[in-house]
Amino acid sequence: MIETVASVGLPVGEVLEIKKNRIVPEYGDEKVWKRISIVTGIHGDELEGQYVCFELLRRIAAQQDKLSGIVDVYPAMNPLGIDSITRGVPAFDLDMNRLFPGDINGNMTEYLAAKIVEDITGSDLCVDIHASNIYLTEIPQIRINELHKDTLVPLAMKANVDFIWVHGASTVLESTLAYSLNSRDVPTLVVEMGVGMRITKTYCDQMVDGIFSLMKELGIWQGDVPEPRKPIISEDEEDVCFLNAATSGIFVQQVKHWERLKKGDMVGQIIDPLNGKVLDDVVSPVNGILFTIREYPVVDAGSLLGRLLREEILDR
Amino acid sequence: MEKKVLYEIKALYRDDLRVMGYEFGEGEETLCILGSLRGNEVQQLYVCSQLVKRFTELEKQGRIHAGHKILIIPTANPYSVNIKKRFWPTDNTDINRMFPGYDLGETTQRIAAGIFDQIKNYKYGIQFTSFYMPGNFEPHVRMMKTGFEDVEMAKRFGMPYVVIRETRPYDTTTLNYNWQIWETHAFSIYTTTTESIDKESAQMAVRSILTFLAKEGVVDYKGHDGYLSQVVIDTDMVPVRTKVSGIFEPKVKVGEEVVKGQVMAETIDPYEGNVTEVLTAPVDGMVFFAHNEPLTYANTAVFKLVIREE
Ligand SMILES: [Zn+2]
Repeated sequence: MIETVASVGLPVGEVLEIKKNRIVPEYGDEKVWKRISIVTGIHGDELEGQYVCFELLRRIAAQQDKLSGIVDVYPAMNPLGIDSITRGVPAFDLDMNRLFPGDINGNMTEYLAAKIVEDITGSDLCVDIHASNIYLTEIPQIRINELHKDTLVPLAMKANVDFIWVHGASTVLESTLAYSLNSRDVPTLVVEMGVGMRITKTYCDQMVDGIFSLMKELGIWQGDVPEPRKPIISEDEEDVCFLNAATSGIFVQQVKHWERLKKGDMVGQIIDPLNGKVLDDVVSPVNGILFTIREYPVVDAGSLLGRLLREEILDR
Repeated sequence: MEKKVLYEIKALYRDDLRVMGYEFGEGEETLCILGSLRGNEVQQLYVCSQLVKRFTELEKQGRIHAGHKILIIPTANPYSVNIKKRFWPTDNTDINRMFPGYDLGETTQRIAAGIFDQIKNYKYGIQFTSFYMPGNFEPHVRMMKTGFEDVEMAKRFGMPYVVIRETRPYDTTTLNYNWQIWETHAFSIYTTTTESIDKESAQMAVRSILTFLAKEGVVDYKGHDGYLSQVVIDTDMVPVRTKVSGIFEPKVKVGEEVVKGQVMAETIDPYEGNVTEVLTAPVDGMVFFAHNEPLTYANTAVFKLVIREE
């Protein structure tokens, strides 16, 4: 059933509505039903979650009798952003994921954020699906604030991702949806996968399998689910090695994503098309595996080109 | 006066990014003034240009006392100003969310680090900043409640108001906050506008800074003492919010006194021209902030009032 989570009238003949689709079992005792919320589209340029929502609903509909709990699907938290190819909230130039928990008496964006938190609160699990940004491609991964790792790591293990990244707490992250929900006792997993403005079907299918696995774990799904893959877990910031551009130019990648590299292996080149020169050979600074790779070619000095997990952790 | 390139990035096709600093006097790092960090902060840039002009005269006249160095950075982000974009051109990040910066990090972290490294030891730090909502302000000095804030010192600018506000999660990455952590006496100064030039409040800011420096014994300046600043807590201001979206027609301006019940603005149906909402003053007060765009969204605080107490 389609429900409206929040709505606000815009200046000229248009109503902004945030919608969700609630799927409930055909029969059973609703008092014992658990509830999972699948959220995406907080960043309007991240579209991988669009296919995940579609495929999840399609598969549930195909075996509706196996459903034994509530599934809430929120495909577009920032509908104006998605429909206008804008990452933030258009007209406000604000990152929606820096507005939570919002304020019911605040301005439009704060109000929407507050209504979203209010609506998801009470879920037994929330999965917030992001797709990196237009610059970087990410291997399917779950990012966890160390403050919430005891609750979230065991759940993330069931989510069929390749990598779980437990990162340090930061005050800035206190204004994310995930932080707000986790501190309201709604365990919330933040998925990052793929790249902005694209749909990577293999990653989406992998994530849908992961959501069914989580639903099974919670008792929301009675059908068979594939065994989730065993993720690499990193809890130490030393495990991750950042690769930043040494100079401005055009970055051309020469490696495959999620491939093992030896120290000194070529990752790509930064080139200068005006002079026909190579400005920098970008090489792997360590032995490891590339879990983030630069997709957007134009780089400034400092732009992130990739992130590697050190070899030591892979063999641990 | 000495003109210096404080930070530089080589670009692929654009001219190199050069962050310029103007140094006056010699000796102890006394005062650093930073104008725009964002591409739409034109008034902030303008105020700094007026300060550079003024300090050049003062220096020639020997009115900057020995042992004091003053640094003015009109903008740390000419790249965004030149293309009329608020945030960093390539990745839309905000330099004022990157402090103290990281010299091996991403581009805007590097810019923040490159600048902060050169300005963190100043005794006083002044930033001309802007609000995330479009609107005009009554000129004021704004401080975050970090525990390091010195309200009495802020009053020495002689601006009409000193506003204190609670810190928010993202504040830890702003210049002002990091200055305070490094024990710089940091102040944000708001003049009336951001995207348009307001000469009157710009001149007030110039006078206020000179007044402050004269009181601190840094320059020789005999202007008027300015105002006896009224200290206001941000959350004590009374917001006036729209209930509906539409065309916004203000009836009062920033700085005006209003009485309870007075009509402050109307919203108008953009198709049919009818008045859809009449906004009235909920209290007797002074208009401290006023929305300055022709359209408004619902739930927007289009005015903020400082309560007038008898
Ligand atoms: Zn995102």
